[in-house]
Formats: sequence, C-alpha cells, structure tokens
Amino acid sequence: MMQANTLTIEDTTETQNGTVLSVQDLRVWFELRRWGFGHAGSVRAVDGVSFDLGYGEAVAVVGESGCGKSTLMKAILGLHLPTEGDIVFEDTAISTLGSRRMQWYRSHVGYVQQDPFGALPPFFTVGRILEEPLIINGIKSSTERQERIRRALTEVKLTPVEEVTVKFPHMLSGGQQQRVVIARAMILQPKMIVADEPVSMLDASIRVEILKLMRALQLSHNLAVIYITHDLSTVRYFAERIFVMYAGQVVEKALVDDLLANPSHPYTHALLAATSDPDAANAETFREVPPGEPPSLVHPPTGCRFHPRCSHAISGLCDTQEPPEFDIETAHLSKCWLHR
Amino acid sequence: MAQDTLLRINDLKLYFRTASGVVQAVDDVHFELAHDEAVVVIGESGCGKSSLAKAVLRLLPRNVHTYSGQVFLNGTDVMKLSDEAFRRQVRWVNMSLVPQAAMNALNPVMRVGDQVAEPMMVHYDVNRERALEQARRMFEHVGVPLDFMQRYAFELSGGMRQRVAIAMSLVTAPALIILDEPTSALDVLTQANIMNMLKRIKQEMETSFILITHDIATSSELADKVAVMYAGQIVEVGDAARFFTEPLHPYSRKLMASVPRLRGDAEPEFITGQPPSLVGLPPGCRFASRCPARFDRCDENPPVVADDGREVRCWLYDHGDLSTPIQNETEMEQVQTE
Repeated sequence: MMQANTLTIEDTTETQNGTVLSVQDLRVWFELRRWGFGHAGSVRAVDGVSFDLGYGEAVAVVGESGCGKSTLMKAILGLHLPTEGDIVFEDTAISTLGSRRMQWYRSHVGYVQQDPFGALPPFFTVGRILEEPLIINGIKSSTERQERIRRALTEVKLTPVEEVTVKFPHMLSGGQQQRVVIARAMILQPKMIVADEPVSMLDASIRVEILKLMRALQLSHNLAVIYITHDLSTVRYFAERIFVMYAGQVVEKALVDDLLANPSHPYTHALLAATSDPDAANAETFREVPPGEPPSLVHPPTGCRFHPRCSHAISGLCDTQEPPEFDIETAHLSKCWLHR
Repeated sequence: MAQDTLLRINDLKLYFRTASGVVQAVDDVHFELAHDEAVVVIGESGCGKSSLAKAVLRLLPRNVHTYSGQVFLNGTDVMKLSDEAFRRQVRWVNMSLVPQAAMNALNPVMRVGDQVAEPMMVHYDVNRERALEQARRMFEHVGVPLDFMQRYAFELSGGMRQRVAIAMSLVTAPALIILDEPTSALDVLTQANIMNMLKRIKQEMETSFILITHDIATSSELADKVAVMYAGQIVEVGDAARFFTEPLHPYSRKLMASVPRLRGDAEPEFITGQPPSLVGLPPGCRFASRCPARFDRCDENPPVVADDGREVRCWLYDHGDLSTPIQNETEMEQVQTE
C-alpha cells in the first residue's frame, strides 16, 4: 500500500503541482561574541542547503543532534533569519516579509512540536488551544470556529469532541496530546507542515499510530510535510524523499526506497549500519561505527566535512576541496567525491 | 546451574502511596539472572521498569506503601539486610546503577576523573591515588581518552558523558550493573558506540547487566534474556533468541509488531487503547482490555506458565505447553470448565 502511495505522490508533484517551498543555498550562521561584543567567529548551523519541496510531498530530514536540522526547520518557520540565501514560499521570499505578511505565511505553515506536553499551554482547555489560532487569524463567527474545531478533532480521531474540548492537556495521554498538537497545526488548513521529531517522545506502541495518522492527513489534504527525525527506521513509513544532513549540509538526497536499498554517501552508510532491527543475533556482533564525533560548526573541516571520519577519504582531494552534489541516478544526489 | 545464579527475585512488590490511591508500580515480579548474563527489561513508559530498578537497589522514595519480596544475591536474601548493611555490602560493591539521564547528573564542579574514582574511596576505603588508578582503567574500558579525566562534565559531549557515567558504575567492579535507559537520549551512531562498549565490557569483565529500556531494537544488541513488563508485572521472560523470533504473550507479540524496521517488508502495527492506571487495578489480566485473544477466563488473574526456560503470564498457555497457545473456541471452553 505504501508503495502505491509513494508512486502516485511523486507523479502528481513532479508533473502538475509545482513547488510550494524552495530553499536556495540557505546559510544560517550564529555569531559568537567575545565579552559580549567582540566577534569570535560564527557557528555555521546551516551552511549551504538547497532543495525544492512540491505540493503534497513528504520529505524526511535525517541527521544527528547538532547537524543543523532544527535550525533549518526554524529558518523555514521564519524564526531564524537566513544569513545568506533565501527561503521562497509560493514565489515569496520569506526573509523579506513584514510582520503582517509573516502572519499570513505562518497561517499556511503548521508546526508539530517534539514534546506535546511542553507545546500545549497547561491552563488552556483543548477547545481554547484550538480556537486561539482561529481568533488570531480573524475568524469572527463563533459557530464557524466551533465547527472547524470539531472537524479538526474528528480528523485526528479525538472523539467524542464534546468530551475532549473541555479537557486540559494534563488530562490526556501522550498520544492524545500529540493529536491535539497535530489538530492545532492543521486547523488553519495549511499547505505545509513542519514536524520536528513528532514521535520521539511517545511510546513505541503508539509511534506508528501517530505516524500513520499524519500520513493519512498528508494524503487527504495534499499537504507538504517536512519530517525532521533522527530515527531512520520510521522514515520509510512516512516520507517519499529523504535528506541526510551532516554538519550543516545535506550530504545525500534521494527517494526513501532508493536510499535504503542503495545508499551512496559514506555517512549514510554509517547511519544505516548503526540502526538495529530487533534480532537476537545482534548481540553476537559489534556494529561498525565511524571513529570520532561530528565536527565543530565554528571551524568545520576543510573539504568534505565527513573526511576526518571517513574510511574512503581520498587524501589531497576530500580534505581540501568541498565536493559538489553528484547525480547518481534520477533524483539521487550525493555530496561525495567517490561519485565523481 | 543453581550456583551460577547471581540474582534471583521472588514476589517483589513496590507500591507507592499517592493522593489518588496506592500505585502498584512493581507487582509480584520474579526473575533470575545468571553470572555474565544480560537481561533486558522492556515495556512502555509507566509500566514500572524504573521502579523495578529502584526496588532491586532499594533506592526508595518516601511515599512507599509496600516493599516486600525476596532478592537473593549469590544466594543471600539482601532484603533482610538493614539499610546501612545494604549500603555497605550491596550498593556499588555488588550492584550498581546507571540511572536514567545519568549523563546529565554528573557533578558540574568536580573533574570527571575524581567523580569516577569516588565510589572506590567510599566503598573500598582506598586512597585517592589507588582510586584514580582504578578510574583510569575504567576510562580505558569505556573508551574515554585518559586526558579527559581532568575535564569537567560540561566539556564532554553527550556520548562521552554517558561513558563516564558507565565508568562510574563499573569502577568498583560489581557483579551486576543496572542500566536505566542508557542510550535513549543519544544519537544513532553514539547509541551503537555505547552498545558496542557494553558488549565489550561484558566480554572483558564478565559483568551481568539488567538493561531497562523501551527501545526494543537497540535492546537486542545486548540481550541474552528478555523480560517484558506490562502494568507493573512481568508478563513474559525468555531467552533472546526465541523471544525475538517468536514472542509468546499477546502483549509481547503486539509490541514486537509495533517496532518500525529498517529492513524487511513487515508493516508495523500499533496497539489500540492505553495501559491501565496502576491505581486500583481490577483483578484479572491487566492486558485484557487491549488483547486481541481475550476470552472469559481473562477476568481472573492469569497463571504464570513455565516451560523449557520460558515463562508467560497468560491464560492462553494454561495447558502448560508454551509451544502452542490455545487457539480455538472449544479449547477455550475446556480451559474455562476445568
């Protein structure tokens, strides 16, 4: 079933739908200060990321903590200004938007937070939480607001609606809280959703449930979704395309099935090799892990950023020149000199 | 085999008093652990896994309602020891704990080397030099460069801090280490590194482990034996090889089916419903309300059926043969009429 979904989505996005979000050579650097004012370098959290996201397309961004995936997400939400480059939403560069237009942009972009309990105001009832964005975005009729709340809660399968709307977040289980967060992200009928590790705080038994719910909503509303995660094993149940990030850059872009069957970047290989499936034979062997740790983003390595940890590094090339993105096959790009 | 048993837990109970009633966090738990063996305790949050660790090490909060049962360590019942004797003879010396989020609980104003050495000085009364020497050996075991001993916790990455926390639990060379969610806050590559390290320690130092986790995929990296916990009880115990291929209890099956896998085509399923509240539990099987195989008998407390080294707390195996559960209606009726 998943296969069929994947194919139809690709077809529609590439042939008719066009691009909802275009990230163009995005750089987000944070300045380090010495004694509060002297310049002491920059943290290059996102350093040259480009991609296009089609209407109704789900993309997963995978990487370890500190690789810049959260900064990328916050830049897309308009919470960090780009240092260089642009984020273009339907022909509008969001860095140029004033505060009124920013509100327009935010009404089109939903945000699903990582920790549902932290994301929901504790003294608001579920009804109030969902009504707030509608009030802010000028829906004056109370009956319409109630109707939309009812529809949103039904869509995330939190029923009976009358019982849920009067509850406070602490009265709900983790999975139900996350459903409220999803309903809140969906209530303004956005074109795009950014989900930051939406299931990492939930129990294993309900993770899949929430992912399937998000997948169903994505398909029925033709939503573009950016799904940020560190867990490779959940990606293929959710996204069509996958971006692997390392040290502020996207090192490999591919369709999910291609990447899992035929990974090309050595870092992707390492990630896949380190991910276990439940199997008693795992206890007999050691996993292969590249040595060292992700580099400092203040002074990233010259050349390929993965070269100090890479077993295939070519001296004189990988350590001096930054690799461009090489085409491996259709829609499969890898930022690695091995594929030149 | 009997003298090989390191830890045997019988009918361990730990109930807490709360405003809403008595919470049965650990209820009638029993399992055994041999020398040089790793048992993995898996379960959802709130099922009592961490309380089990605390009950074994007698690290109790103030609102304890009931704390009873037997914990045999090398044949002696350590539940009978006084608190002071337990502290002197058991904690660190024979059993140590790496608590949840230990890496974030290191003392920020103490060099990590001194911190790792401290249990040696407290429990074995050695001088600082001897203790530091032992700490140095542990740093080598866990793969932290020796010059990091001079650093403070904030100067280390998450993975390195977790290794330091594990070095601290190892320093007194206890026979058993209890690890509470040792890798859940870490990245994939760091997780794999830590699991590799634990495997190596198990080989080199012949330490036994109780690994408490909700991450089933990662738990298989270390497990010799698996215990599944649900609503305060252990519902299934068995060796890892058979558990991961063919779990017995309906909950274990559902749990295994819910694990997203990187390889293979199995579509993950989810478990409908929620675990019961641990306050005022009704009699009967605690999983019954979510169980696909539920039948009338499940309203009564299920028996613990043991066969061929595996144990299950489920009516489906009441006929004593773990190789086949009761499958059809007539068999169910038979069980009911017996």
